[in-house]
Amino acid sequence: MERNPLKPLTATALGLVMAAGMAAADENAELVINGDIEIVTRTAAPEHMEYIDEIRSGWTFRSDDTQAFQMDDFDNPGMIFVDAAQEVWDTADGAAGKSCADCHGAPEEGMAGVRAVYPKWNEAAGEVRTLEMQVNDCRENRMEAEPWKWDSGDMVNMTALISVQSRGLPVSVAIDGPAAETWAKGKEIYYTRYGQLELSCANCHEDNYDNLIRADHLSQGQINGFPTYRLKNAKLNSTHARFKGCIRDTRAETFSPGSPEFVALELYVASRGNGLSVEGPSVRN
Amino acid sequence: MKRATLTIASLIASAGLAVGAEVAPLDVTFEDGAVAQSLSGAAGDAANGRKVVSTKGLGNCVSCHAISEMADDVPFHGEVGPILDGVADRWSEAELRGIVANAKMTYDGTIMPAFYKTTGYIRPGDAYTGKAAKSDPLPPLLSAQQVEDVVAYLMTLKEE
Ligand code: HEC
Ligand code: HEC
Ligand code: HEC
Repeated sequence: MERNPLKPLTATALGLVMAAGMAAADENAELVINGDIEIVTRTAAPEHMEYIDEIRSGWTFRSDDTQAFQMDDFDNPGMIFVDAAQEVWDTADGAAGKSCADCHGAPEEGMAGVRAVYPKWNEAAGEVRTLEMQVNDCRENRMEAEPWKWDSGDMVNMTALISVQSRGLPVSVAIDGPAAETWAKGKEIYYTRYGQLELSCANCHEDNYDNLIRADHLSQGQINGFPTYRLKNAKLNSTHARFKGCIRDTRAETFSPGSPEFVALELYVASRGNGLSVEGPSVRN
Repeated sequence: MKRATLTIASLIASAGLAVGAEVAPLDVTFEDGAVAQSLSGAAGDAANGRKVVSTKGLGNCVSCHAISEMADDVPFHGEVGPILDGVADRWSEAELRGIVANAKMTYDGTIMPAFYKTTGYIRPGDAYTGKAAKSDPLPPLLSAQQVEDVVAYLMTLKEE
């Protein structure tokens, strides 16, 4: 390439535009919640991943301001929804007259470590289950109550309450044995180029993480932080709602929250985060 | 009566001639990725092309590409694709037309979307609604004239 005397100037102007756009994050910042719970936000990729050496939480890609929200529960707007779920946890519902607490005790006891291993194979049902599926199984069959809609406030809030009981523990979903088939299906979806823009999850979150796409600093699309409180819509967002949004943005026909495709994709994407800490509810823009 | 009809017909015919025939997305011929003929049959308008390149609802090329010339008036340039400064020095008009119409004919498997293509998609949607596409073939992302406008704009990006 020929030398161009204008180049340095141009580069500076561009750099300015980019910096203004993203208020660049301190990539080496460490996340310790409430000065107490140490969160692993970067670690060696699990063995099954072929193209990435280091996995990183979405938190490491966010601006300093957004990162700060997650460092203290008093600043984390997602915690309000956790409190709401705690109330529901303690309240009886359904024909059996039971509350979650009646069978599981306090969430700190009954739900410790649960988030970290979901989605998980359920032997009796013969299927891989997400937390949402397991919660609704309890509601329908043990409480004789109506199931919650996948993306309802009650459901997303409850998954946040359950997630909090695993914060700081490493994600460790099983991908072998009976879960292997679902995992492989999820992997296939991850690498499929959907829609008129013909983009796969991997095109953005594997080939281009750390790059800007318009104003967005692309992360690895990890789900260790779910449900996430998004500043953009000021509520907790489920994993499947995020998947749906990302597929929609490729000008494709999406899958529905709770569909077998998204359950498989959730298992696969969760497994790409094996080793990162559970963070939910996290804060994202 | 007869005369009037004739005049209208000849007007249409001559308009058609002047503009040339539009090449439908399925009829575009690529030679080593390049497309020699104007897709609309007409010349491109670089000023409109600049708008297509920088506007979110249109080409939105800046979501992936930075262009220094636009740094002042268009915020948030992406870095997924190469900086487009000087593309007209690197590629001919026909090659640029090919890249915009269907970059996969130039770069095998590229992440860059094909802007003048209408079929062969997996789960095509109805724009950004998340719902199934209403037609097959789909409308292309850019019209023939918009592609020409974008190419005309790219041809202004010279450094040498
Ligand atoms: C009548 C008792 C009962 C009630 C009420 C109940 N559960 Fe359960 N729950 C169980 C039992 C028993 C299991 C273990 C089932 C299994 O492994 O298949 C379980 C399993 C779970 C699990 C999976 C735990 C794991 O380690 O894999 C979650 C999550 C859960 N329940 C959430 C809830 C929530 C949330 C509520 C209230 C909305 C609730 N449950 C209400 C009895 C109950
Ligand atoms: C066109 C690029 C693009 C594609 C394709 C794409 N995403 Fe995303 N995704 C984004 C952007 C932009 C964001 C917001 C910034 C970020 O976290 O990367 C995002 C965010 C996410 C997040 C939230 C991460 C966090 O830490 O909160 C998840 C999870 C995710 N994507 C998963 C997926 C999955 C799974 C697919 C495939 C079905 C997919 N994405 C396809 C662009 C894309
Ligand atoms: C999703 C990201 C994306 C979008 C959107 C996109 N491109 Fe690209 N483009 C790329 C990538 C990546 C390359 C490099 C080819 C490769 O290696 O795959 C490229 C290459 C090019 C090149 C050749 C660049 C050079 O320096 O040689 C041109 C010209 C180009 N794109 C123009 C456009 C135009 C015009 C638009 C909008 C109509 C556009 N692109 C939209 C990703 C994108």
